[in-house]
Amino acid sequence: MNKRLLTVFVLLMVLVAPLAMAAANLEINTPAISSLTASMQARYNQLATYYASGAVGLTRDGLVAVRDANAVPLKDRQAVNALVAAENYDRNALYKEIANANGHPEWEAEIRGTFAQRWVQKAQGGWWYQDAGGWAKK
Amino acid sequence: MKNWIWLLPATLILPACVTINIYFPAAAAEKAADKIIDEVWQIKPDDQKPAEKPAETN
Repeated sequence: MNKRLLTVFVLLMVLVAPLAMAAANLEINTPAISSLTASMQARYNQLATYYASGAVGLTRDGLVAVRDANAVPLKDRQAVNALVAAENYDRNALYKEIANANGHPEWEAEIRGTFAQRWVQKAQGGWWYQDAGGWAKK
Repeated sequence: MKNWIWLLPATLILPACVTINIYFPAAAAEKAADKIIDEVWQIKPDDQKPAEKPAETN
């Protein structure tokens, strides 16, 4: 009888253990994520001007977009488009990579949604972002 | 005859393992996002609050 009780107890512990681990952090320390972060950080020096002028804004899907091309001198427009495309390429790769690094490729959309909110939250005053009603200034 | 007792925990544990893993860890994701965004935008922890100069109008 005691042996049976012990067995049940041990199995209960096994059952509870994963619950305690559920609050763990997401894995973001992979070479791929680090290199994407570094690439975006380097690009930020160039993008910052355009965020501030409102030429480029933060979109609802965690990307960036040219919001007002008129805010950019004609000669620089090509460069801004290229910057935006490169940034979005990195951001898409980042969301996918985080999902994969944690063994849940299906989390990509939720990770993207989380980032979309946090980018806006951490944006500087005066930057533009998309909300349900369209573009808004922070 | 006694083997039935293993059946009960097994039926509980297996779905539990699956259930835990399909839930998206929203808080952990937010933390991860903040860490990466701080790095990309080079935000220092004490830069969080907008350092607006007080408008001194009387």
